[in-house]
Amino acid sequence: MMLDLFDFYDKMERNNILLSFKGDITSDLLTSILQIMESKMDNFQEEPKTKKKVYNVLVECLQNLYHHMDEAPVDSGEYGRSAIFMIGKLDGAYNVITGNYILNENVSGLKSRLDEVNSLSKDELKEYYKQILNNGEMSLKGGGGLGMVDIARKTGQKLHYTFQPIDEKVSFFSLNIKVTLNQ
Amino acid sequence: MEKFTLDGTPKTPTINFDLGSGVLEIKGRSIPENSIEFYKPLVDNLEKYGLSPKPATTVNVQLEYFNTSSSKCILDVFKKLEAIHKGGSSVTINWHYEEDDEDMLEAGEDYQAIISVPFKMVQVAE
Repeated sequence: MMLDLFDFYDKMERNNILLSFKGDITSDLLTSILQIMESKMDNFQEEPKTKKKVYNVLVECLQNLYHHMDEAPVDSGEYGRSAIFMIGKLDGAYNVITGNYILNENVSGLKSRLDEVNSLSKDELKEYYKQILNNGEMSLKGGGGLGMVDIARKTGQKLHYTFQPIDEKVSFFSLNIKVTLNQ
Repeated sequence: MEKFTLDGTPKTPTINFDLGSGVLEIKGRSIPENSIEFYKPLVDNLEKYGLSPKPATTVNVQLEYFNTSSSKCILDVFKKLEAIHKGGSSVTINWHYEEDDEDMLEAGEDYQAIISVPFKMVQVAE
């Protein structure tokens, strides 16, 4: 198959993608990506407030991918340990877009958690966050569901997501987080 | 005097815990992928310290960033301090935040609402 590289380039250019990656998400990779994004934001002379907000959301989104790499059905060899993310800046907002495989059996659980977060107001999110923080089970992998609540709180935006059915085993989960500047 | 110290890294904070004077300092970034592993030695040291704490314990938290994985571990640290406070030795937590960082101030207030230890919100210049 011949890849149309210009088509990739053109789409990334039009969406003003600053950085993109597809592959295994490792701890070292995240360290590098976060450093690159920090220096990019320094170059753009973003306000400290904007930088902090984008950085925080980036950490949560990318670590979410990292923690869920294990859930891809590696044994099949078909999907492998692979995910994708893109970071763009368009129309005065930073966009963090992530995509990863998810087992079909886990789709409805994740969907209802995302819908619950999206149904809550700012004050309700604050209460929900404290409730999970204080009572929720801490998993070895992460904050036990705190990540999405934190992203929703910090961005003040709904979580935009899609699940694309791939086959009888897996779906592809895409999450699009927008961080509006100067809010 | 016994001390527990950890040097900061791009993903983990500097920790200075002087068990002899009862001063604990956590400073920098706390965004490790595995927070439980990182915070375990501090939690263990606090547990040991709690057996015979100083009459007054001062805790200075000055974080630039922390992830949600760390937020649970920080709560565990504060719960150890709460137990010391309830045991009759005074504990004060000074929560530092940069003046434009409303999210960090709010995070401190979240902990303040959960933990029964006197909190002081300390604004610092950028």
